[in-house]
Amino acid sequence: MDKKDPSTPAVELIDEETTFTLAELCRCCDVEAELIEALVEHGILEPAGRQGRYWCFSASSLRRTRITLHLQRDLGVNLAGAALALDLLERIDELDARLRALSR
Amino acid sequence: MEYKDYYAIMGVARDATQDEIKRSYRKLARKYHPDVSKEPDAEARFKEVGEAYEVLKDPEKRAAYDQLGKQWKPGQEFRPPPDWDAGFEFRGGGYTAGDAGAYSDFFEELFGRGFAGAGGTQGRRTFRMRGEDHHAKVLIDLEDSFSGATRSISLRVPELTGDGHVTTRERTLSVRIPKGIRPGQLIRLAGQGAPGLGGAEPGDLYLEVEFHVHPLYRVDGADIYLDLPVAPWEAALGANIKVPTPAGNIDLKIPANSRQGRKLRLKGRGLTGKQPGDLYAVLQVSLPPADSDAARTLYKQMQDQLGFNPRAAMGVA
Repeated sequence: MDKKDPSTPAVELIDEETTFTLAELCRCCDVEAELIEALVEHGILEPAGRQGRYWCFSASSLRRTRITLHLQRDLGVNLAGAALALDLLERIDELDARLRALSR
Repeated sequence: MEYKDYYAIMGVARDATQDEIKRSYRKLARKYHPDVSKEPDAEARFKEVGEAYEVLKDPEKRAAYDQLGKQWKPGQEFRPPPDWDAGFEFRGGGYTAGDAGAYSDFFEELFGRGFAGAGGTQGRRTFRMRGEDHHAKVLIDLEDSFSGATRSISLRVPELTGDGHVTTRERTLSVRIPKGIRPGQLIRLAGQGAPGLGGAEPGDLYLEVEFHVHPLYRVDGADIYLDLPVAPWEAALGANIKVPTPAGNIDLKIPANSRQGRKLRLKGRGLTGKQPGDLYAVLQVSLPPADSDAARTLYKQMQDQLGFNPRAAMGVA
């Protein structure tokens, strides 16, 4: 590994086993913990467990949080609407995958 | 610098009302939102529409833009006339410095640096704050996940200059793609996000990995699906055949009496990683054409001797 070259930085794979603490998720998405709490209340996020007193989250929470923020910011969607959009998007992805499998 | 026709982008007439512009923006923003849209160039269109709305929603910016005249064509080489903005007092409504990377040169020239105090990033900050995390997407080939690969990616980074203005800088990173990576997984590059303020540590860069569509293979989680053409006699009598996999050709035994669509699992031949996926060969029985006397004779022989009715379950012959 060529760590000295600044243009080839070290990489870290985030897979299904990687979890984010509440603080990490907040930092990564640039939000307050209150918002993450609201996302959990709306069923947009599901805590993967607890670390001490605090929640931790699966890697997919990162994507769901970011999409929610984008929908809020860009389209004025509220959290209930974002939860619905995320469910529908997931369903569309599944259907697309099935359609691709069938149309080959 | 190319002229941009914000009215055409927004799909409204030059004399559209503010309400019409707002309605059109909302519709287009939904249509091209990068998280929702399936349009091929959604992200570019979304930015374009956002930029057009940034100008047209603000009566003052719209009036200044209108003053450039109607004689310009989209894409035409453009220089703003001197003093074009005389008499306008831009207050930068809604335009924040953090969005600088999102706008075109045309916008920047007209509304970017020109008006003082836009977004309120004046002065030097004296507190320490960790840099923001950045997010981007990277497209790789299925083979890259098997062999590992290095991808060169370019990022446009907004930067604060000494006098408080914002510019964008192109930054190229060469990123090692870890072996066994799957679609939708993330790669974290520690310290490659936004620089920290006041000497604090920089943020991280997150790359979301997606795969190009592959001509042979279809990826589902860690598993790979391959449509495998077989001759009728290979499916019927069984056969040992060669099968391509992303890691190279392997031998596969087709069991006798295999049906069309049968899935044969090659354990551990899917994407690599801590829990390797499987490769599924989906049998596609391929009929030889009846384009010679010999072929027609053979088909006729089957017809006469097999007594096969493919529609038996439907109750018809």
